[in-house]
Amino acid sequence: MCVQRFYFDHNATTPVAPEVLEAMVSCLGQVYGNASSIHYFGQAAKQKLEAARRQISTLINANPPDLVFTCGGTEADNLAVLGVARAATGSTRHAVTSAIEHPAVLAPCLQLEKEGVAITRVRVGPSGVVEPEDVLKALRADTVLVSVMHVNNELGTVQPIAEIARITRERRIPLHVDGVQALGKIPVDVEALEADLYSISGHKIYAPKGIGALWVRKGTPLAAVAFGGHHERDRRPGTENVPGAVAFGAAAELAARNLAAETARLTALRDHLENAILDRIPDSGINGSPWRRVANTSNVYFDGIDGEALVIALDLRGFSVSTGAACSSGALAPSHVLTAIGLGSGRARASMRFSLGRSNTLEQVDALVEALVASVEHLRRISVHAR
Amino acid sequence: MPDSGPIAAPIAVAMSGGVDSSTVAALLARQGRAVVGLTMQLWNQRRLPGLVPEGGAVGRCCSLDDVYDARRVAEQIGIPYYVVNFERQFEAAVVKPFVDEYLAGRTPIPCTLCNNYIKFDRFLEMADSVGARTVATGHYARIRFDQAGGRYQLLRPADHSKDQTYFLFGLTQAQLARTVFPLGDLTKSAVRELARSMGLSVADKDDSQEICFVPNGDYAAFLDAYLKETGATPAETRGEIVSADGRTLGRHSGVHHFTVGQRRGLGVAAAEPLYVIATDAQSQRVIVGGADDLLRGRFFARSVNWISIAGLDQPVHAEVKIRNKHAAAPATVQPTEDPGRVEVIFEAPQRAVTPGQGAVFYQGDLVLGGGWIE
Repeated sequence: MCVQRFYFDHNATTPVAPEVLEAMVSCLGQVYGNASSIHYFGQAAKQKLEAARRQISTLINANPPDLVFTCGGTEADNLAVLGVARAATGSTRHAVTSAIEHPAVLAPCLQLEKEGVAITRVRVGPSGVVEPEDVLKALRADTVLVSVMHVNNELGTVQPIAEIARITRERRIPLHVDGVQALGKIPVDVEALEADLYSISGHKIYAPKGIGALWVRKGTPLAAVAFGGHHERDRRPGTENVPGAVAFGAAAELAARNLAAETARLTALRDHLENAILDRIPDSGINGSPWRRVANTSNVYFDGIDGEALVIALDLRGFSVSTGAACSSGALAPSHVLTAIGLGSGRARASMRFSLGRSNTLEQVDALVEALVASVEHLRRISVHAR
Repeated sequence: MPDSGPIAAPIAVAMSGGVDSSTVAALLARQGRAVVGLTMQLWNQRRLPGLVPEGGAVGRCCSLDDVYDARRVAEQIGIPYYVVNFERQFEAAVVKPFVDEYLAGRTPIPCTLCNNYIKFDRFLEMADSVGARTVATGHYARIRFDQAGGRYQLLRPADHSKDQTYFLFGLTQAQLARTVFPLGDLTKSAVRELARSMGLSVADKDDSQEICFVPNGDYAAFLDAYLKETGATPAETRGEIVSADGRTLGRHSGVHHFTVGQRRGLGVAAAEPLYVIATDAQSQRVIVGGADDLLRGRFFARSVNWISIAGLDQPVHAEVKIRNKHAAAPATVQPTEDPGRVEVIFEAPQRAVTPGQGAVFYQGDLVLGGGWIE
């Protein structure tokens, strides 16, 4: 017996959009030059690369030369966090981040700690939103970097970047924003935000894996993290991934075109999903602020169940969802984000993330709700281990 | 990921990435059963980094290599496959009791605890969660339903050299009712042959050994590393090494480093070989003696679980196994006033009856039940 497959995990990754695929395949097939070569083939590749840079820059209102292509969001975050902190001079250095950042920011911060940089991880309340006031309080005379994500990947909560930037600008502290989950979900204007560095990733906006970018405001000191040729204005060595950049550029154009309508559509779908869950499944609720969220993300707890079992049960019924972050073996670890917003370990383990996207329809959401009602009811009935 | 799959999974296979459980999954899939493969992530080998030699063999359990192998087999035979994380439960139900038992001067068997509380408890619940009423494992043992007694019985496998029933004496009727051991009638070499014939990538993989979460079987090093990491300061267990008649022969670094029957590491010179004949966590003494002092004719077992019979109201003859490698010895098993406690009287005294180990009672291939040596 076969099941239909429905995908509700767009914060993990997205399928490549047909328009993006077309742009990428045509580039792969025809534009094979090395963008750094002087000759015709190199120039053709360079043109494609720069066109893509402009497309992406338009989406975030950036000056194209300030955009550095990377292999993805994690590399962009590493370059920003390590690069800014290592470029800073002074006998002591201090950086501020938040407790709900992605590991792509938290892990380089751990590395900086080993290099002697003091790190403050600002805590958040149950809303899952960083308070600018807390960032202000965390600052020290030797603070060299503040890094706060724009949208949290697990909760979908939008962080008050403009307010935080007001604080950091005044003190001339570089502000890095991990915008991987914001791009394509909310309007991003790096100038209006007044950030100094902004990380983005292609595969979250219907481009393929393996392409990302870091926007770096002109004049921001940035030490190199990798060493090689003079690519990307000496900020990121390695032969440019032109087909990836072309795909990212096409996806950026698509995102700009679809943003408003898609936001309205996904908000309605998400609200429909949540209302149905809250109506039909007792002892369930929304994690994080329901108000300051992107349209597509819903993090829901179902008390008394094991989230891992629910993910598997739903997958066997054809619905792909996720809980927290997946560890290297594919087994689940308790989410640091849900723990950070004050959830007990039981409720953190009983939580599920639904992240909607372009392909999802009302019919799919209704089918998901039916599967959820049945699965949660089954799991609660058989659970002999009271949590 | 294929875009279609089975809608229901009536049988869940516990896949360790080894040849036995891989063969079980492949056999069931070949029979046309809807199978879902699950690997239990029980212990993080990188958690106690000091224990693992740099670049050397990482422990046997739950390594990324094992998960890789299990996933590859699942892909090969076309079944849905998931890794489930039981690290928290494993630590609470197996690792902590293992450490506590050693510190209390006993010699625990974590595999039995793991079977009782993880593999045939949590795993059954996980199987149920994903819609599977039945679970299959690669254990070498047999289960049959006895109509007359109305009970599920546990039997030794066809291949006595791979017999794992010693570790399964805690299984309840409810657990046995939902479990199948497809390898019970096969020899290990036949299993490898089957795995080869089905083209399984793990057909020639080494067998796992020892206690899965203790690298190289060095449990003393594990205990020290675990206690250090958890910040637990165990009660001081250094003390004296004494002879059976109470003479002080030397000093030792902690009773938890010794187990009954141990000969090495005593650091005491003597005319005849000396063995640990008992450890006393209370007085922190390690009592040593000659080989003959290790012999014991009787002992009590507590928390007895009866499998193939409902209980004991009069003494029965049985062969009793007091550790995994022990050849079961003829004995009388006698009930006591406490229904969960029996006395075992051997026909001939046995070497190293060790508190904390299991005592399993057999009649031929039939596993009557078992308990913990006091």
